[in-house]
Amino acid sequence: MTGDEIITIRGRKVVPGVAEGEALVTTQAISGWGGVDPRNGTVVEMRHELRGQSFAGKVLVFPGAKGSSGWSAQFHVARLMGTAPAAWLFNQMTTKVALGTVVTHAPAMTDFDIDPLTVIRTGDWVRVDADAGVVTVRRACGA
Amino acid sequence: MRLTDEEKAMRDGRDGPAVARAMDLLIRYGEALGAQALVETRNVCGTVTATTPFLRDFAYEKGGLDAVFSEFNLDTSEVVPTPRAKAFSSHLQLGFDPHPPVEMGVSDEIVQFYKRSEAAAARMGVQILNTCTPYQVGNVPTRGEHCAWMESSAVVYCNSVLGARTNTEGRESASSAMVTCRIPDWGFHRDEFRRGTLGVRLEMPVESVEDWGLFGYWMGEWVQDRVPVIEGVGQVPNLPRLKHFGAAASSSGGVEMFHLVGVTPEASTVEQAYGGNRPTEVRTYGAKERSETLARINMTGIDRKVDYVMLGCPHYTIEQIWEAACLLEGRKVHPDSALWIFTPRAIKEVATRNGYTQIIEAAGAKLLTDSCSAMSRAVPPGTRVAAFDSAKQAHYLPAILGVQAWFGTTSQCIDAACTGRWSGS
Repeated sequence: MTGDEIITIRGRKVVPGVAEGEALVTTQAISGWGGVDPRNGTVVEMRHELRGQSFAGKVLVFPGAKGSSGWSAQFHVARLMGTAPAAWLFNQMTTKVALGTVVTHAPAMTDFDIDPLTVIRTGDWVRVDADAGVVTVRRACGA
Repeated sequence: MRLTDEEKAMRDGRDGPAVARAMDLLIRYGEALGAQALVETRNVCGTVTATTPFLRDFAYEKGGLDAVFSEFNLDTSEVVPTPRAKAFSSHLQLGFDPHPPVEMGVSDEIVQFYKRSEAAAARMGVQILNTCTPYQVGNVPTRGEHCAWMESSAVVYCNSVLGARTNTEGRESASSAMVTCRIPDWGFHRDEFRRGTLGVRLEMPVESVEDWGLFGYWMGEWVQDRVPVIEGVGQVPNLPRLKHFGAAASSSGGVEMFHLVGVTPEASTVEQAYGGNRPTEVRTYGAKERSETLARINMTGIDRKVDYVMLGCPHYTIEQIWEAACLLEGRKVHPDSALWIFTPRAIKEVATRNGYTQIIEAAGAKLLTDSCSAMSRAVPPGTRVAAFDSAKQAHYLPAILGVQAWFGTTSQCIDAACTGRWSGS
């Protein structure tokens, strides 16, 4: 792994646990009900920059949640269908994103010292240690 | 998080395993939020029934309706007996209208499964209101009352118009609140969160239901989940206008509270609405913003042949049904089109007594309850193009079902149903 760029971000635990995966990054808030399809783990909202892309098993990096109160129920079903994100990093705390991440049982963090949206790019390998409050981002050199 | 002795006793199982799991969920959720404590609530709106093949299969495989309640309402894979509700609890809208479900593409088997689950909810003590607008049919919270409501359009109405206090809860947190009378003391339960942080100045009259829907859609896209203070309201908006306004703003953004200066209860004055905050930004809303918003909502509308018109998002008021019946009387829905209107069961009862149901049905339209096309993912077979007087429905249905959407006035929608063509802008 020599030559890889490593970035460390610190933040607050929202949901405990440790997970890693490829980053999927969006600067647009995500809608749950009517915004994602839990059967295949994709964003379906019209005009969303991630429309058609899958978040299953990814580390989802996004500003926060918006839309209907069905947010948690959609991601709850996604967990049972195996299409939920592996971990969550977001900036804006709301009840939707708090409950939604809690019921996926996947590690989640917020309140960062560096805004992950300015640092993490889609495709980066990200390890989220919510218990320790540390996010480690690995980017292949030249990527 | 600080817990009272009563809360610790619930967590530790004094009131049985379901209440213990509910407290565990509320504690995990409260800690995720960064809440310091829980607050007592005796008014909950949520959903506890099962309406989908996925949940039916889950029930059959995992241990019946208790398994569904345990997993989807309490977030535990351990199957615990469903407890009685302790808080006054109202059921929200569902995935179909179980009365004549045939048109909604629901099998009889699923309807029978739902009816068992509705009976279980009733036994639990949840009121079967089955609407996204509980504030129309028996659940009007008092100003300052702590609530735990789901349904974004009801939440924004509860906070802004009624001055009661709720965050946007989800299925799991609302159900946990039903059986514990607790919810995290965070967000809109607290004074500081309810004050305005940014402003809108109206440069044009906003009067009709369509005007309020467009304004709400524009505002939500901008403010997201911040609390806007709106100045310059002329004609005082009534319930349907504020219902459409909040629903639009909570769909395009995440607006959970707004202040209309001189109208809503926590905004007698501009100063009260901001509560000492200085607005981070003030924008104006005028003719340009209105026409750009209309174009954005109608971006999927291409073909003018309209297959389906849906009214009643959020569920129609009796005033709106009266208006629709007046517009429809003596006309027929075009043979190539369809018109479905959704309302709470209790209001349909009134509509029937007033003769509106008969007028609607004589025109070949349907007055349905319990659901809507977005919740049910159901539209008349072959629908490619649909028309709505709700910005919320026009926002969601193209994403959910891939249909083209036209948004306009109630009158334009009813004309579209009767002519089979969209003649609005």
